[in-house]
Amino acid sequence: MVLKVMSSNQAIAEAVKLAKPKVIPVYPITPQTTISEYLAKYVADGDINAEYIRVESEHSAISACLGASGTGVRVFTATSSQGLALMHEIIFAAAGLRAPIVMADANRALSAPLSIWNDQQDSISERDSGWMQIYAENGQEALDSVLMSYKVSENKEVLLPTMVCVDGFILTHTVDPVDVPDEEEVDKFLPDYNPEHAYLDPKRPMSIGTFTDPDYYMEARHDMEVAMEKAKAVISDVSQEFADTFGRKYDFIEKYRSEDADTILIAMGSICSTIKDVVDELREQGEKVGLVRVRVFRPFPVEEIYDAIKGASNVGVIDKNFSFSIGGVLHNNIKSMMDVNAAGFIVGLGGRDIKPSHIKEIVEKTNNPSDKPQWIGLNKEEQ
Amino acid sequence: MVAIGAAVKEPGSTRKNKTGSWRTFKPILDKETCIECENCVMFCPEGCIDKNYDIDYDYCKGCGICAEECPVKAIKMERE
Amino acid sequence: MELPEKEFLAPGHRACAGCGATIGVRLALKMLGENTVAVSATGCLEVITTPYPETAWEIPWMHVAFENAAAVASGVESALKAQGKTDTNVVVFGGDGGTADIGLQALSGAMERGHNLIYICYDNEAYMNTGIQRSGATPYGASTTTSPHGKESFGEDKPKKNMPMIMAAHGVPYVATASISYPEDFMKKVKKAAEVDGPAYIHLQQPCTTGWGYSPAKTIDLGRLAVETGSWILYEIEEGEFKVTYRPIQRKMVSEYLNAQKRFKHLSDLEKEKIQSHVDAICVELKI
Repeated sequence: MVLKVMSSNQAIAEAVKLAKPKVIPVYPITPQTTISEYLAKYVADGDINAEYIRVESEHSAISACLGASGTGVRVFTATSSQGLALMHEIIFAAAGLRAPIVMADANRALSAPLSIWNDQQDSISERDSGWMQIYAENGQEALDSVLMSYKVSENKEVLLPTMVCVDGFILTHTVDPVDVPDEEEVDKFLPDYNPEHAYLDPKRPMSIGTFTDPDYYMEARHDMEVAMEKAKAVISDVSQEFADTFGRKYDFIEKYRSEDADTILIAMGSICSTIKDVVDELREQGEKVGLVRVRVFRPFPVEEIYDAIKGASNVGVIDKNFSFSIGGVLHNNIKSMMDVNAAGFIVGLGGRDIKPSHIKEIVEKTNNPSDKPQWIGLNKEEQ
Repeated sequence: MVAIGAAVKEPGSTRKNKTGSWRTFKPILDKETCIECENCVMFCPEGCIDKNYDIDYDYCKGCGICAEECPVKAIKMERE
Repeated sequence: MELPEKEFLAPGHRACAGCGATIGVRLALKMLGENTVAVSATGCLEVITTPYPETAWEIPWMHVAFENAAAVASGVESALKAQGKTDTNVVVFGGDGGTADIGLQALSGAMERGHNLIYICYDNEAYMNTGIQRSGATPYGASTTTSPHGKESFGEDKPKKNMPMIMAAHGVPYVATASISYPEDFMKKVKKAAEVDGPAYIHLQQPCTTGWGYSPAKTIDLGRLAVETGSWILYEIEEGEFKVTYRPIQRKMVSEYLNAQKRFKHLSDLEKEKIQSHVDAICVELKI
């Protein structure tokens, strides 16, 4: 194994090179831009044999992805924030047409006010679209997740697209050592895409994107929910196969010193690295604190999360997003699906720094919970 | 059971829907008068007049374009 | 010109009796043949041809949304190219709203990027699928449900957006206007569009019995009146060279065209004269 130092954006581009999509329509947006640049360069150098479409917007990026996927080829695109919001309409269509698109999202706050910095409001706001969502903690996981996502999305039991989310700047523009898998091994793990449900082939004419009346629409949407449920078993199998081949195992959730913990924090993405440090520090002081990192947000791993937290006395859920009047979306998903008392915390919106002291404050407040979700890290005069 | 993505793999399957029932006026073509100019074949919105100038009444909606565009008035519209 | 016999749009579709759009699609597909993939924007054509679980299309067809047909087609064309299937035609059918209004950005991008596709705008001069609302392609004076005539209004108060010239400004190798009432002219243009390497744009005028307000039998007649009065001009721009492809022998009065339609019925003689002089100015310049 040779480790190379690279950003998550480069790691994602390396994964795309290995996944060999035939069409890459992409539009630059901070902090995703370097993905589109790496891919342009790989295509220019002949390292990827794909049509790179320099689309005029994210809306057209995802639309061209859908057209190409409908033609029966593997596709990739990447976006962020405003770009993802502009795609919104077609995000739903892509899932509804059952196109196994894999897209990276460099998590960034949504305007207004305008911000280029990180939070997860952009992808969280697409949670009901029918896309699977993975939140990576580092570059290695981002790379591996792209490869696994194609295999899960293209599985005939699933046929739903996947969004691989990486925290803007925190991951997209910082470097880590990354193991780039061997091309031949990836080829064996991820064979060519040969769809039976969608192909625009004059020898076998089919119509994609039809008009349904009330006799059919509800079943079509229900089928997607069934596919999302089936995706759980497929994700487990693919993770295992990936682990057997490449030696890295990813579950729906990652449990970090949570087995005997009295207090468990739950979070997604890069913040978990900071939390792990704080957990280690508090454990040294004798506090039984642990972390459950949610990696797969859709399909939502209810059983896995519940099993991991049911023994804890105190649970705190940290969100880099919120739904007005309700609080963090991960927090509310957990509260609505399991019988646990969990405190909710909203942090890091628009790139607000999350320091170990904030995590300690959250642990403290989790152990002495209040009813309302709390915003951590606000300027003093706002509190 | 809805097909995955509500795709339709049976090309031309609207043929199951006999739009002839929409019709109130029926085009009757007199082959003696017809000069085989193809106007009616070209201009039929349903494409239901064939090369032999036979009208497929299963689908003809009775719009009357064929009668209107016939240069020798070989097509008459008659009430059903 | 020999009319190819094979039909690629099956009957049984849900178009209004006397629909002009399906005539245009039938004729275009006859020229393009079976090795063709079609993409539609949301609109009349999409709804009437693909009521699940049926489809009228005999060739592969895809629809995603209203404003993105050209972008979807960009993806289709690129995917075919990536698979070495460069002999397959990619044709897009977008209505005037899906082309001149909501789809203009995606279309501009696709044209500028040089995808090898044929974009046919079937122009019935308003949003007919939603019940006759004005679009950028609605002509001056037309009454629609969102540009109604009334005490303070004579209907649409802006001239029709000049889509073909906007396309020509992209420098694409082939741009043409056409009418379903001149099928040979239209079909020749479709053939040329298919033969050029790169994007081609055809703006097809297509009378609409429901939206324009005339008897269904008159669809072809109305299209002919538009051209014979100089209200719609048939031309093509091949590699930048402009050529009128049909000249009426004796130009008819515009009022003959206007008076045949309910959407212009409210116009005063003064307004009709205004339209006539606007048409005259263009026709004089083009020697029509």
